Amino acid sequence: MIDIVIASGKGGTGKTTLSVNLSHYLGENGKKIALGDLDVEEPNSSLFVDLELLEEKISYKMVPRWISENCTLCGECATNCNFNAIVALPSEILVCKELCHSCYACSELCPTDSLPMAEEKIGTIKYYKNSNFDFVEGRLDIGQEMAVPLISQTIGFVKENFKNSIRIYDAPPGTSCPVIEATKESDFVLLVTEPTPFGLNDLILAVETMRVIKKRFAVVINRYGIGDNRVEEYCKNEGIDIAAKFLNDKEVAKLYAKGKLLYKYIDHFKISLSELLKYLRNETGVEL
Amino acid sequence: MKEIVVISGKGGTGKTSISSALAYLAKEDAIVADCDVDAANMHLLLDADFDKKEDFYSGETAFIDEDSCVNCGKCKEVCRFDAINVIQNQHRVDALSCEGCWYCSRVCPTGAIEMKEQKAGDLYISHIKTGTKMVHAKLGFGAENSGKLVAKVKTTARELAKKESKKYMLVDGSPGIGCPVISSLSGAHLVVLVTEATVSGLHDLKRVLKLCESFSLKSVCIINKCDLNSQMSKNLENFLKEKNIPIIAKLPYDETFTKALSEAKTIIEYKNHSDISQVLIKSWNEIKNHI
Amino acid sequence: MRLKITYKFELKGVEMKILFTAKGKSWEDLVDPRFGRAEMFVVYDEDKDELTAISNDEAKQKAHGVGLQSAKKALEAGVDAIITGNGAGEKALEILEKSNIKVYVGAGEVTLENAYKAFKEGRLQLQF
Repeated sequence: MIDIVIASGKGGTGKTTLSVNLSHYLGENGKKIALGDLDVEEPNSSLFVDLELLEEKISYKMVPRWISENCTLCGECATNCNFNAIVALPSEILVCKELCHSCYACSELCPTDSLPMAEEKIGTIKYYKNSNFDFVEGRLDIGQEMAVPLISQTIGFVKENFKNSIRIYDAPPGTSCPVIEATKESDFVLLVTEPTPFGLNDLILAVETMRVIKKRFAVVINRYGIGDNRVEEYCKNEGIDIAAKFLNDKEVAKLYAKGKLLYKYIDHFKISLSELLKYLRNETGVEL
Repeated sequence: MKEIVVISGKGGTGKTSISSALAYLAKEDAIVADCDVDAANMHLLLDADFDKKEDFYSGETAFIDEDSCVNCGKCKEVCRFDAINVIQNQHRVDALSCEGCWYCSRVCPTGAIEMKEQKAGDLYISHIKTGTKMVHAKLGFGAENSGKLVAKVKTTARELAKKESKKYMLVDGSPGIGCPVISSLSGAHLVVLVTEATVSGLHDLKRVLKLCESFSLKSVCIINKCDLNSQMSKNLENFLKEKNIPIIAKLPYDETFTKALSEAKTIIEYKNHSDISQVLIKSWNEIKNHI
Repeated sequence: MRLKITYKFELKGVEMKILFTAKGKSWEDLVDPRFGRAEMFVVYDEDKDELTAISNDEAKQKAHGVGLQSAKKALEAGVDAIITGNGAGEKALEILEKSNIKVYVGAGEVTLENAYKAFKEGRLQLQF
């Protein structure tokens, strides 16, 4: 159907709040929704209530595993590894799995086949269901440094299993590889920001990124009312659409902290949400 | 010259707001180094002018020389990142997807693949509002922070501090516990741990403290948002007491911080007489005493 | 509770090879407090009373995992101990401990000569 990613330059702008509320709202109104949490280093699934775990998958990345039998300790593997992940000691070969980029060079170039690639667990993909939508969460194991493979696998799981749903993704914060992985196969990206110097600074970085990977995007201004109007000015000057504005309201923060859905209690939030959906409907042609 | 490094383990604890406040208080006595490159925001709070710029190189990208290339396809066979495609009958590298692993260059039979150094970002030396200088960096598209970049920022800052006979080097460290953090911590005289009274805050604090202990670094702690969860605060305090880490400040959750940030001001400038500012002024004095 | 461990050397007649993380190659130069990204390494052979400099330029080009390569250099140089400022990262330390190379810290601000003296007098700390 469609893949919509909710991203931002920096953490704390309200991506998750938006993804959760959007998913519940659409689900309640009879749409088939699948929400993917791609913030694999720090997924926020604790926000949801009434979650039923339906499936759990282990996520792997491939790393070399040393087999000493035929190894001549020639050290070719260490030379072939550009990431310092292999240390050739006098009596053994050490593999630093956290530094491995899974390029297979050491393994395939080893003259004695002593470094076959093997699966290494990096995290889990969990599929939950609640009354309004299907929820898939990717979670990176503590100590694992590379989010990209898991993000890619989580997206794959969602696309594979929910072909007829409107697929919404909560992206990780930032503008580097994890965000690029999260957005590169999407149909539309919403960049959530706040009207402050920090918000503007990080939005500019996020916009640059979207333009390089040539993704369709629009901006959502959260906490509208605090700070200044420089984000709006920037969008106007750059010809960037502002899909919706969500008003700054202390009540929102309080309700959020209690895990409540905002559109149920706050009128202006509900209005902004409708605004956003109207915009998306026009831009994508999908019945949202 | 003494090095003070502010780290937090977990992001979002208020580290940058606090390091910026300390930088503001240190005034001309310190050179500031912003090593939190993935989420660099200090330049906003300290009004950096991006005066000097220097290219920063890290990693390589493969380039296929069409003249030497015989289009045998070996490179495409071995590339695990789908970075090599045939476009108009010529094998070409997609720079965005290239991971810089060198595998293709190692197997090319005609030596047609060259690994070219990549510009990963820019290093800046700026004048800041307190009359001193700050070293910081902006990463290029798709680039990641690394021990190498942090080392570059710190080395540059260290040289500057020496040249200008500054008393301190104030470092805003990287989050996490990997290479960028190790690089942030190496050479520190005092570590200021900024944490928050939450489960993940304590969890990440333990991990980063282990690193500090391994390096035998003197550490002190600032607990932020201490009134959000009193039980958690207690746990935190007990843990720190056990480890003999002095708690030099306990800051309550305060909207003033947010307001100051939204105006790109350090809290000290925003409301000098506010409670938080007073606590931070005291903390800065304590930090100076601890060194 | 953090324990401060100091060692007194009673091993007479056992000549050691010691690696310093250094900013220069002579006794008057300073110890570099960093491990992985040290300016250079200097190996002192007690037996031959020789000071040899080893370059660290190549390894420093990499973005991550530099400490591991430093650990490897220490192994290749056949040293028994490393004298440095703060110490090695977790992974590098593991490798060194496996190979029975002891890392001594606390020498970050002094000359190689004074660091060596401090080491012999048991004033440096063992990294754990």
